Amino acid sequence: MAAQVVVVVAGAPLLAGLMRQVRARMEGRAGAGVRQPWRDLRKLLRKEPVTPVGTGPAFRVAPLLLVATTAVVAALLPLVSTDTPVSGRADLIVVVALLALGTVALALAGLDTGTAFGGMGASREMTVAALVEPTILLAVFALSIPSGSTNLAAIVSGAADDPARSASPAGLLAIAALAVAVLAETGRLPVDNPSTHLELTMIHEAMVLEYAGPDLALVELGAQMRLAVLLGLLTSLFAPWGIATTATWAALAVGLALLVVKVTLLGAVLAAAEVFWAKVRLFRVPELLAGSFLLALLAVAASFFLNGR
Amino acid sequence: MSAVGAALTAAAVLAAVAAAAGTWLPARARVTLAGVCTAGLGAAGLTAGVAALGGQSWSADLPDLLPLAGAHLAVDALSGLFMAVAGAVVLAVGVYGIGYAGGGHGLSGRGVQAVLPVFALTLILVPAAASVSTFLVLWELMALTSLALVVAEHRERGSVREAGLWYAVMTHLGLVLLLVGLAWFAAEAGGETFTALRAGAAGMSPAARDTVFVAAGLGFASKAGMVPLHAWLPRAHPEAPSHVSALMSAAMVNLGVYGIVRLGLDLLGGGPRWWWWLVLGTGALSAVYGILQAAMASDLKRLLAWSTSENLGLVLVGVGAAGMFNAAGDRPLAVLALAAALLHTVNHAAFKALLFCAAGSVLHATGLRDLDRLGGLRARMPVTAGLFALAALGAVALPPGNGFTGEWLLLQTLIHGLAVPGVSTAIMLPVAVAAIALSAGLAAAVFVKALGVGFFARPRSPQAERARESPPTMLAGMGLLALACAALALAPGALAPGLDRAAAAAGLSGGRQLSGGGLRLSLHQVSASLWPLWTAGALAVALAAVLALTRAAGRRERRGQARLWDCGGGAPTPRMAYTATSFAEPLQRVFDDVLAPEQDVDITPVRESAYLVERVRFQHRVPDRIEHRLYRPVLSALTGLGTAARRLAAGSVHTYLGYGFCAVVVLLVVLAVIQ
Repeated sequence: MAAQVVVVVAGAPLLAGLMRQVRARMEGRAGAGVRQPWRDLRKLLRKEPVTPVGTGPAFRVAPLLLVATTAVVAALLPLVSTDTPVSGRADLIVVVALLALGTVALALAGLDTGTAFGGMGASREMTVAALVEPTILLAVFALSIPSGSTNLAAIVSGAADDPARSASPAGLLAIAALAVAVLAETGRLPVDNPSTHLELTMIHEAMVLEYAGPDLALVELGAQMRLAVLLGLLTSLFAPWGIATTATWAALAVGLALLVVKVTLLGAVLAAAEVFWAKVRLFRVPELLAGSFLLALLAVAASFFLNGR
Repeated sequence: MSAVGAALTAAAVLAAVAAAAGTWLPARARVTLAGVCTAGLGAAGLTAGVAALGGQSWSADLPDLLPLAGAHLAVDALSGLFMAVAGAVVLAVGVYGIGYAGGGHGLSGRGVQAVLPVFALTLILVPAAASVSTFLVLWELMALTSLALVVAEHRERGSVREAGLWYAVMTHLGLVLLLVGLAWFAAEAGGETFTALRAGAAGMSPAARDTVFVAAGLGFASKAGMVPLHAWLPRAHPEAPSHVSALMSAAMVNLGVYGIVRLGLDLLGGGPRWWWWLVLGTGALSAVYGILQAAMASDLKRLLAWSTSENLGLVLVGVGAAGMFNAAGDRPLAVLALAAALLHTVNHAAFKALLFCAAGSVLHATGLRDLDRLGGLRARMPVTAGLFALAALGAVALPPGNGFTGEWLLLQTLIHGLAVPGVSTAIMLPVAVAAIALSAGLAAAVFVKALGVGFFARPRSPQAERARESPPTMLAGMGLLALACAALALAPGALAPGLDRAAAAAGLSGGRQLSGGGLRLSLHQVSASLWPLWTAGALAVALAAVLALTRAAGRRERRGQARLWDCGGGAPTPRMAYTATSFAEPLQRVFDDVLAPEQDVDITPVRESAYLVERVRFQHRVPDRIEHRLYRPVLSALTGLGTAARRLAAGSVHTYLGYGFCAVVVLLVVLAVIQ
């Protein structure tokens, strides 16, 4: 469990670096190397901590809370193994709610600055978050029907025992819905452009414009960790092959290696896809999310009728 | 006499003392003594409720109190739960009211001070009523006293009068429905005590049962603020004095839920599925519609009122699911669903009372309710801002807030409810889950708006600039509610046996479904458990670890201050900050079709040229669409009828005598035909 948190914290910037590198290569650039996000974080951490005048505790605490919620989620998820000391507490609803808590904290920080951009980013982020929530919860619903529980360890080990489950229509619909929700939640293309520098099109970046130094490092790390955690969740839910179901060292090592390979592959595919995508207009995003919501609803219906319960 | 009886007697005595003190004493002493006695009355109600939840039951017949039928009171665990919630809210509000009414809002007058304790007493006694006549008398007393309190500030603002009129009309239409439903029930069952109703319900024809449930259910749903009978709620709650809003929003609306549970599940003994689909559907619709309107509102108290409509909608989703599972024969799930609904009622009462009190504190300090003109209060009113943040955490239903446990339990029940056979289940339950999820997501946006725009950033008006922290009694009252929120958030498991008993008292004997184990909440029939304290602890540990690691990794320098960067734009003014209206704009565009906002741009050009503009006026409103479509036609038809009827009164005495003569003739003819 603790190892899982360490893997996510250490691996998330590498994943971000890898995705940037894939994009750079496909766009014909040399790229800055896979370890560049780590170097950026180290540089930011060593800078002088600075707070803008007129901001309050919410602004100060939000980056900490963002990283802390994501770390707790990383500990709860069955990424490497389904048999962790906390797997009994790992409920998918709690995980979704904890991630939302991080989003809310950051949106409050954006409003706390009192600048136009902060408010704009917070407003847009909360709009997207409000629309993503039903999709995620319905996908959870669809996934928990076959195993009869929302407990993550039960869902994942059930899927590991019965690989055909994720290939069923319900599973495929749920994965599609959840994938769109993950893109929206982590602020990737086509919902938001993580490397944008044009203020009017930004969502996530507009909220965090006022952060500098160590705080900015935490915000960046938090965003990278969320991406890593959610991609890890996707792989665990839909391709749980090789995940450790016992607490032996060999099984854990295999699980860890496979997790790294799977997340790396998924990240690379996502980055490659992003090269060909354009960001959609802000007010087209709800249509995209409504589409994924529909997929999730279909997943529930399919799961209900195909399971014959 | 048991503890329940003793506590209720004490409550009645304290209410009488408080009302007398409010009537006779001079202003300063009046507010203090009435407040103290009201708080004591709340404490007595809380004691009675907790004792009843603990398994004590009590009943009393007072044949001389009401003419003809006499008064019947009985307390079981279900009434105990609602009594305890009302008592706790009254206790906190009593303390809070000493400071709030003492501030010279015109609330220290005799009328308000004498009526408030009576209203508080009815809130505690309505769940104890055990016969139709007692119930209706107490219900009407509650409506009248609350109406008197809603219009307390009618001299200050004209909008109060309008709100009072809406409230008076709606609540009495609700009373008529209740009267029709319950009187019919009593006539069919052949007795008016609840025991007689329970016994007679089985022998009634299905049509009579349906009529009773629908008529009385509509009355109760209107009290709970359900769409489309909600029109009074977003008017009356904002215009009432804030401590009265807290009582109405956290205790009075709950009694609508109590009525539906008591009537549908206990007295009528369940019923066909469609009753409960109706309840569930109304709840889901109200939840989504209420929170959407809250997302658009920029008046802080109006926003909270709409959020009440949302939360009671969620509660009714739970009640509907409970009735549905009961009708399908799945008792364990029915108990869970009812427990989820009741748990959410308790949680909602705690955070909503605190939110209204905090909003009252803001109103007390600034005289403003408009979020667009507030801001910057976190530095000026740190305690109020902190308490508002705590309550908002409960309201957004995210861990470690107290609203989360109820919604989690509700979602668990609905997810496992698919095991209940039937195509309607397969369609309705996913839709209900989606409605809950959408309302939870929108609630996050709503309370980020309320907290972020109202309390953070910089003040946007001179009143907000000059705000000062509220007096200690107000803070103490809010502190009590904050304690309740924290306790409910961390140890909901302590409520588990009480919830099981309340469900059993409602006629769902599914055995024990919930267990606490002190700090966690686990379900027996379905495998799921929640560890709120563990989540909170894990978050705290993670926060400390992140902080320590960041400190260790960075250079040890003091935190510096710098000007806001704002993309190099330089010192932004408060006018450039996002307001509540601008915050809600994207959501309003997304839900354009549902909300149908009205925009009006009025451009006056300079006389010489069409291209030079002298003045531009932009008006934007998001009206309540249901109200427009449903109430306006009825109201305009009635107005038209009234105008037309004025022609009958021409002022000639001869004509009036003619009317009288014609009426007598018609009456005689009718009588002759009937005989």
